[in-house]
Amino acid sequence: MSVLTPPRSAPSRPPAGRNAGSRGARENFSAWANRHRKWLFAAPAMVFVGVLIIFPLAWTLYLSLTDSQGSVRAASDFVGFENYVTVLSDVERFWPAVGRTLTFTGVALVCEVVLGMCIALLLWRPFRGEKWVRVAILLPLVATPVAVGMMWRLIFDPNIGFVNQLLGMVGIPPQPWLSGQDTALGTTIFMDVWQWTPMVVLILLAGLTSLSEEPDEAARMDGANSFQRFFYITLPLMMPTVIVAILLRGIDALKTFDILYATKGKGGGSFHEVETLNVYAYGLSFDYNQYGLSSAVLILFFMIIIGSMWLLTMRKKAANK
Amino acid sequence: MTELTASTETREVTGPRTGTAGPAAPNPRRRKPLGTRAYKVFRVAALVAVVLFLVAPLVWMLLASFKTNVDIYDTGKSFFFTPTGENYANVLQRNNYFVFIFNSFWVAFVSTALSLVLGVPAAYAMSRFTMHRSALVVLMARVIPGVSLLVPWYYVFSNLKMVGGFEVLILSHMFVALPLIVYIMMSYFDSLPLELEESAQVDGLTPIGAFRRITLPLSVAGMATAGILSFIFSWNNFMFALVLSGSKTKTLPVAIFDFVSYASIDWGGLMAAATVVTVPIMIIALFTQKYIVSGMTAGATKG
Repeated sequence: MSVLTPPRSAPSRPPAGRNAGSRGARENFSAWANRHRKWLFAAPAMVFVGVLIIFPLAWTLYLSLTDSQGSVRAASDFVGFENYVTVLSDVERFWPAVGRTLTFTGVALVCEVVLGMCIALLLWRPFRGEKWVRVAILLPLVATPVAVGMMWRLIFDPNIGFVNQLLGMVGIPPQPWLSGQDTALGTTIFMDVWQWTPMVVLILLAGLTSLSEEPDEAARMDGANSFQRFFYITLPLMMPTVIVAILLRGIDALKTFDILYATKGKGGGSFHEVETLNVYAYGLSFDYNQYGLSSAVLILFFMIIIGSMWLLTMRKKAANK
Repeated sequence: MTELTASTETREVTGPRTGTAGPAAPNPRRRKPLGTRAYKVFRVAALVAVVLFLVAPLVWMLLASFKTNVDIYDTGKSFFFTPTGENYANVLQRNNYFVFIFNSFWVAFVSTALSLVLGVPAAYAMSRFTMHRSALVVLMARVIPGVSLLVPWYYVFSNLKMVGGFEVLILSHMFVALPLIVYIMMSYFDSLPLELEESAQVDGLTPIGAFRRITLPLSVAGMATAGILSFIFSWNNFMFALVLSGSKTKTLPVAIFDFVSYASIDWGGLMAAATVVTVPIMIIALFTQKYIVSGMTAGATKG
């Protein structure tokens, strides 16, 4: 189609003829623009993103090799891989943060995908009142995460929170939730599940509706029950969509920051209960100004993200075959 | 009902071929292995539970925003209390929330508009010329942790005396919006048939003319999807504004976060503030539901 570039067959159109003197130049420009439209269209966005990404990323890489701290403007020395050695041998903050990041992402993803699949199956066939359920699904999804964090802080408050009130009604003693050293991470995972399961539902539902009916019907004819049909027909067919959902949600879950910082503040709480890699790196950069160290943490974090994405894409390719 | 079930079962035993091919075959959907009624009851109960799970916390927030702090501490007044608008009056007047609302709106609006201007043609080129590697560059922006960008940005922009201005905030939010818009619009353009543009070119339009006069008008729905989602993401963004906004450009999420750094938490005020930030976006979402759903699921179902 790009071969077509027709000589403007209607040059008498008013806008082109407004300035007769420069018409030749305009037509030249127009022809040039049409010939190079591929890059003319794509370049501005790519340059914008490129400048804002590649330069900071290179800078982070450079900072991670220096002992920069206090102010980025302050003189700093090149220290080689010292920061990486420090970070990788730090069993008090770094490795626990890696553990929390993976726990948070893993548990949240499993809950969201399993719950999301159940809800999507519930919604799959039309029913009365569908409109209202869909509205309910949309609400958590668009709510501002910081506000959501504040909302849960009140609901999970050990003294006045609604959750402990509910537990009290069935005779369970009040739990510390967010303020407990062992319960805080689980509580934040719950918040993440509340907010983002709807997104998984929407993605899986789109996948379910695009499935063709025949395999399912054929299995039904052969006498397969609902469970067999789900596990042997629907689920394998849905695998690529499930992996897309995991991929999209996983990237965001690894980088979760808003609700953690909003509910537990700096350092992920006084015992670093919810300090994930992102919270840790943010704290090092902007609460403690340890730019060299934080850059090393960020580069490692980035490698974890890319690595897990790569694994999933491989898995997706396998599922598509 | 039971008779029908039995008849379909015998049919299967005699041979599935007649069951699928016969034009007079009874609707196979009617045969439910689980008792149909039991399943229906279960389904309704499960749906009610899902809706409660999703909506109840928001209702609780809304209720608390109309309570005095004394009532919030009184567990006997969970649902029955005398509503007061005092929290809202406090939040809106004393804490200058109108300024924050304007800031949030302005940053989200401008960053979305600019990202559409940059992103739509880029997505078009990437879709039509299958520039997968270039697309990957733009989509990388979705993967990189924001903190790693903030340190260099902060340094450069504070040297340029731009931190605390709207320009930096808008730039940083565009960074979130642009990849989102490119991603959504690419899958939208992929689904638009090529024939329309081709015939427009045969009729004498230049390729750019065909894009402007044919493709763009056809893409209004896609652009609405991308624009609404990017507006919401920008409105909700917290981390970039936390670092890059100044006292004059503070956005709503940061304002809410600052609310708790005071000595003791004013729960009523905090819930009113949280309601003020979430309700506008939820109202927008209600009216644009279709677009949000198609944006969230863009590109999810193709292989």
